[in-house]
Amino acid sequence: MLEIKMTYVLFVGFALFFIGAYGFLTRRNMITMLMSIELMLNAVNINFIAFNKYLFTDKADGIFFTIFIITIAAAEAAVAIAIIINIYRKFRSIDAEDANTLKW
Amino acid sequence: MILVFGVLTVTSRKIFRSAIYLLFSLINVAALYFYLNYEFIAAVQIVVYVGGIVVLILFSLFLTHQVDVNLPSPPLSRMFFALLACLFGFGFAFSLLIAHHFPANENALTDLSVSYIGKQMLNYGNGGFVLPFEVVSILLLAAMVGCIAIAVKTKKNA
Repeated sequence: MLEIKMTYVLFVGFALFFIGAYGFLTRRNMITMLMSIELMLNAVNINFIAFNKYLFTDKADGIFFTIFIITIAAAEAAVAIAIIINIYRKFRSIDAEDANTLKW
Repeated sequence: MILVFGVLTVTSRKIFRSAIYLLFSLINVAALYFYLNYEFIAAVQIVVYVGGIVVLILFSLFLTHQVDVNLPSPPLSRMFFALLACLFGFGFAFSLLIAHHFPANENALTDLSVSYIGKQMLNYGNGGFVLPFEVVSILLLAAMVGCIAIAVKTKKNA
């Protein structure tokens, strides 16, 4: 019973991770790629929480790692958006194919 | 619900709608945390993701986009191979998960109240998390300074 419920929650986490991966691979707009990354980070959080809830009820490590991941996701989103806006000023576009100045 | 809105997020052609679908998906993740009795994590999820990150994404959308412009559809070959890779990865990972037998849990429940989380977070003894806490603090500070340094307009070039 317990294992079945845990499998359900982990199924959601896995599926969300691969949905995010699919979006990251297909989209070429930088902001939608950022949104896909957010989905993948959320999937990882769901997995941490599920394992903490069903396997390690005597510890709280999953909760702490989830909190740290949420913090890092916020910092990452802020930095990414600053970079995206700067790229938009320079190239007038946020398509990942257009920012090719570093390409040689 | 999480999965439906997640799929809509990555497939919607209108970028503004895509952001709103992401918002609903994140709210549903918070609902899942409530269902698992982790109220504090759910509250943090709502405040940081729904309140912070989605608003940030929406603002950057307004700054860089015409709202009613359709995104170009990705080329069919790329879509096909990405779908193939993701389905294969999902099938592989999930078959491993089904095959693996997790040990049954006989541990006692700890209370996961907010006060316990706060005490453990700043505890430097056994099982304390003060070092990652400090590292994350420094990371956040560096990220904020970096954001300002990147986003500030230089008068000479502009």
